[in-house]
Amino acid sequence: MKILYFAWLRTKIGVATETVDLPAEVRDVGALVEWLKTRSPKHADALANSTVVKVAVNQEHVPYDHPVGPADEVALFPPVTGG
Amino acid sequence: MTVKVQSEDFDVGAELAAMTGGKTGIGGVTLFVGLVRDMAGGESVSAMTLEHYPGMTERQLEAIEAEARARWPLDDALIIHRYGRLEPGDRIVLVATASAHREAAFESCHFLIDWLKTKAPFWKMEATPDGERWVEAKESDDEAAARWAKSP
Repeated sequence: MKILYFAWLRTKIGVATETVDLPAEVRDVGALVEWLKTRSPKHADALANSTVVKVAVNQEHVPYDHPVGPADEVALFPPVTGG
Repeated sequence: MTVKVQSEDFDVGAELAAMTGGKTGIGGVTLFVGLVRDMAGGESVSAMTLEHYPGMTERQLEAIEAEARARWPLDDALIIHRYGRLEPGDRIVLVATASAHREAAFESCHFLIDWLKTKAPFWKMEATPDGERWVEAKESDDEAAARWAKSP
């Protein structure tokens, strides 16, 4: 699975993208965020407060109960501040 | 119906002329131009850098533009949003809507900028005397977008 990070999630984790092998038990966005926290202390720090971690699957905003699979492009980012 | 995501500046007059040229059924155009302000949260801002999610940005902007066209009788709609490093006074965003009547042009333009602020994947980082900081999303922006939840 391809993961993308933006804004302060990118700077805290230290990479803009990474490719991960998803464990079979990770089937939705909430489980994915919890699993990503275990990858490094930087991940754990950046993802600590899930209320400010928004998620898009295949470039659409989704809630934490949205399903995810190995072929998905998943982006994690803070609340958007455009305009 | 056009969406442009670009680092370059845009010419508001040229965009208006291109939008309305030869289309004599248009009765009014509303334009919103967002600019970089030199103050934020009581601190001076010397520059702003906009990051975005290429691909998703265009998809989201096209989706909200389609939503505006479904809700109001528009002859045309245009969104231009810049990314990269900008300085106070620089233009960030242009939203333009054209319709036979002013209500549709005014309302749809307001809707587009409100929705864009909560849905388009852009993030601003400000340079201040204390260093660089990521801009936090405002609750008031969510409230402004929520006003449009119900169709008019």
